[in-house]
Amino acid sequence: MKMIKNDKWENNKCGLCCTKIINLGVSRGKFEILRNVNLHFHCGELTAIIGPNGAGKTTLLKAILGEIPHTGELIFLDSNGRKTNKPLMGYVPQNLEFDKSSPVSVLDFFACAYSNRPVWLIRARKIREKAIQSLARVKAEHLVDRRIGALSGGELQRVLLALALDPLPNILLLDEPVSGIDRNGLQLFYKTVSELRENHDLSIILVSHDLDMVARYADHVVFINNKTVECFGTPEEVFNNDKVVETFGMLLLNRNRDNDLHNKENEL
Amino acid sequence: MRILSIWYDLVDMLLPFEWTSYTFMKNALLAVLLVTPAFGLLGTMVVNNRLSFFSDAIGHSALTGIAIGTIAGIGRPLWSMLIFSVVLSIVVLIVKRANTASTDTVIGVFSSTAVALGIVLLSGSGGFNKYSVYLIGDLLDVTHVDLLMLAIMLFAVILLWLLIFNKLLIASINKSLAKSRGIHAELYDYIFTITIALIVTVSIQWVGILVISSLLILPAAASRNISQNIRQYHIYSVAIAVISGLTGLILSYFWGTASGATIVLISAIFYVLTFILKLVAC
Repeated sequence: MKMIKNDKWENNKCGLCCTKIINLGVSRGKFEILRNVNLHFHCGELTAIIGPNGAGKTTLLKAILGEIPHTGELIFLDSNGRKTNKPLMGYVPQNLEFDKSSPVSVLDFFACAYSNRPVWLIRARKIREKAIQSLARVKAEHLVDRRIGALSGGELQRVLLALALDPLPNILLLDEPVSGIDRNGLQLFYKTVSELRENHDLSIILVSHDLDMVARYADHVVFINNKTVECFGTPEEVFNNDKVVETFGMLLLNRNRDNDLHNKENEL
Repeated sequence: MRILSIWYDLVDMLLPFEWTSYTFMKNALLAVLLVTPAFGLLGTMVVNNRLSFFSDAIGHSALTGIAIGTIAGIGRPLWSMLIFSVVLSIVVLIVKRANTASTDTVIGVFSSTAVALGIVLLSGSGGFNKYSVYLIGDLLDVTHVDLLMLAIMLFAVILLWLLIFNKLLIASINKSLAKSRGIHAELYDYIFTITIALIVTVSIQWVGILVISSLLILPAAASRNISQNIRQYHIYSVAIAVISGLTGLILSYFWGTASGATIVLISAIFYVLTFILKLVAC
């Protein structure tokens, strides 16, 4: 049993391909948003980006996506150390701003994203099955015929995640919404994401506002403040960094205290 | 014009009424069958992309196109109208992307300026009344060449919808998402906006400046009330557009009213009906 698991691990997860960000900077007009960002992501890892509001977390994601112009370099190396200019990227936006009254079903949404057959004319069974398969990956297959405007925040996030995973990307970029998702939804989301990391060969980069979830699921944490990366390391390292404690203050203290209580309970 | 004589025979056979015995009614009937499906299809995306106000602005800018054409001495101002509307839509998109003001403000600024310019030019050259036909349109004045142009237009719209609809849809849902899937959202923005400008401008002389954007928006808006997915949205939208077109044309014949506006009124009734249906269903 263990052998099989090992094989699977070796086949699906190489841990060698990586993304290097060298000296990245973003400016809009004369206003500098990010400078001197140097980071290194490996596949099979979940890296969380934290920081105060307006620090440039979403901007960093959009720069990696290539949506906004930036200075510096982004290098993607595949498992053989070859440079690939265009890695496949999956993206789950923070707030999917769209017209909630729009008559677009989840199936339409999937079909228009990965097929050229006009969705207004053709209903192909193959596309439907493919959409259901993708949705099943995030336990959302029952949503296939719902209107996307009628989904709850958590349901929409899972649908977007399923879409971002089809085709399976090299880099998965997730921008977690600030609000609109209940605790259970968030838990399910993080669970799904961390399962992905274990079963597939991809780097996950996540902008998060939930320090609790970050502590529990992230492999590395990037702390962005004052337009640059102020701290990078494991969750333990970052959460004990003075600058991070200063920024998140009470939130972090509460978390540490809760953890202590939790540990004591376990000891008892 | 072999096809046209087949159409005339077909109408005589299927609709042996007094009102269909006139050639201009047979032509108008065919024109309606060519214009309304195109509007029903395009309207779905106009409403999805919140471009209602934009299509209105393009309609109004036709006035300026007419004025420029008149001054330049072009007999039929269609060409100057087309060029002006395309230029206007590109300028609106460029200014919109500069992000200096909200979209409706940008469109409002250009729409008002274009209308004012058109009125100043036309009233200055003393030819305003001559062109008032464009304000309400005249479906009964369709010539054979016009019919050919409308047929080409419908064909082009269907072709466009077959080729790029999926990309338009995903870009309309979210631009970043479209980009992460390698879809050049801005390019499709331009293609769609310019198409709307062309179609609206070509149809203006039959439908009229004052009501043209209603014809684009009402069938789709009505369909939206009762649709759960994109296919239903299109089927209902096209059906409502065609039925309103035919009913409106026939009623305008008996009432002696302007056909464009009558068609729009019928679509408005569909909007009210579907709205009530939606309320009942909820």
